[in-house]
Amino acid sequence: MDLVQLQRQLVDYRTSLYHEGFLDEQFTQLQSLQDENNPDFVVEVVSLFFKDSERLLNELSKALEQQIIDFKRMDAQVHQLKGSSSSIGAHRVQKLCIVFRNYCEAQNVEGCLKCLQQVKHEYGSIKTKLESMFQVNLGPILYQCSKLVSGIDSPFCFFECQLEQQILNAGGSIPV
Amino acid sequence: MLYQIMDGDYGGSCGGCSEDMTVEFGYEPHVLAVDDNLIDRTLVEKLLKNSSCKVTTAENGLRALEFLGLGSDQRNSLEGTVSKVNLVITDYCMPGMTGYELLKKIKESSVLKEVPVVIMSSENIPTRINQCLEEGAQMFMLKPLKQSDVKQLKRHLMKYRS
Repeated sequence: MDLVQLQRQLVDYRTSLYHEGFLDEQFTQLQSLQDENNPDFVVEVVSLFFKDSERLLNELSKALEQQIIDFKRMDAQVHQLKGSSSSIGAHRVQKLCIVFRNYCEAQNVEGCLKCLQQVKHEYGSIKTKLESMFQVNLGPILYQCSKLVSGIDSPFCFFECQLEQQILNAGGSIPV
Repeated sequence: MLYQIMDGDYGGSCGGCSEDMTVEFGYEPHVLAVDDNLIDRTLVEKLLKNSSCKVTTAENGLRALEFLGLGSDQRNSLEGTVSKVNLVITDYCMPGMTGYELLKKIKESSVLKEVPVVIMSSENIPTRINQCLEEGAQMFMLKPLKQSDVKQLKRHLMKYRS
């Protein structure tokens, strides 16, 4: 696979994320803020989002384990998560947060627990997908080299490819 | 007294004014951006810097007031001074002091009441919007903000100043 095809694959992959509702146009806005002066802007902001979201999800889990559940505090935390997911274009997470807030307002424990699980799942998905995208951005040449060696042809194997290249760089050979 | 453009002939009243001219004449408004959400704070800062603004951020209303010189231990320290900032842009929903409460405090200050304040919110609630506008907010903007929103804000700010 040559570089042009690889780049095409990246574009197709990104497009599918939009079509499937994982990302919305706010992510495009975010990308447009990146320039030569701030070449890592998207990665930086998305990393902040990951860190902040994980903190909030942990706190929400703990809150739901308490004897007396502080719905008001939970609602404020879900509001935060809704805000940041909206700001980076993590569409599915944002939509689930809206539902989550309704359950908080209704003080519905079952609903909250179920929603939290769903949010964690969607958060996990978007995290994996975004990480895949960044790996591709950083290493199209790496991918090309390692594909010659391993014959892998799926965008979801980029992590592996990165690792393989590191092995090659270190003078080692790829284990069969 | 607010920050003045160097050449008054090219003020905002000129219909043909483009953003290039404002940058050309060196207008870099100093904006105080207030938001408790770190991601949003990072984004609004970038959006403003992309529009040639100098930016200071604050994570809550109290810090914002301290920066402006209106902190509780800074009584009367502002007398006879000039506002450090040309614009305050603040989130509405913040723990402790809301953006609305911050707006009120700024408007109550004799030195700072002329500083335009813009409120941001992720929620489109007409009563909230009206409440802010009635209290003297310059504009109300829906989050998430886009570059075009900030460009429009800057144009609006230019007109307001002249």
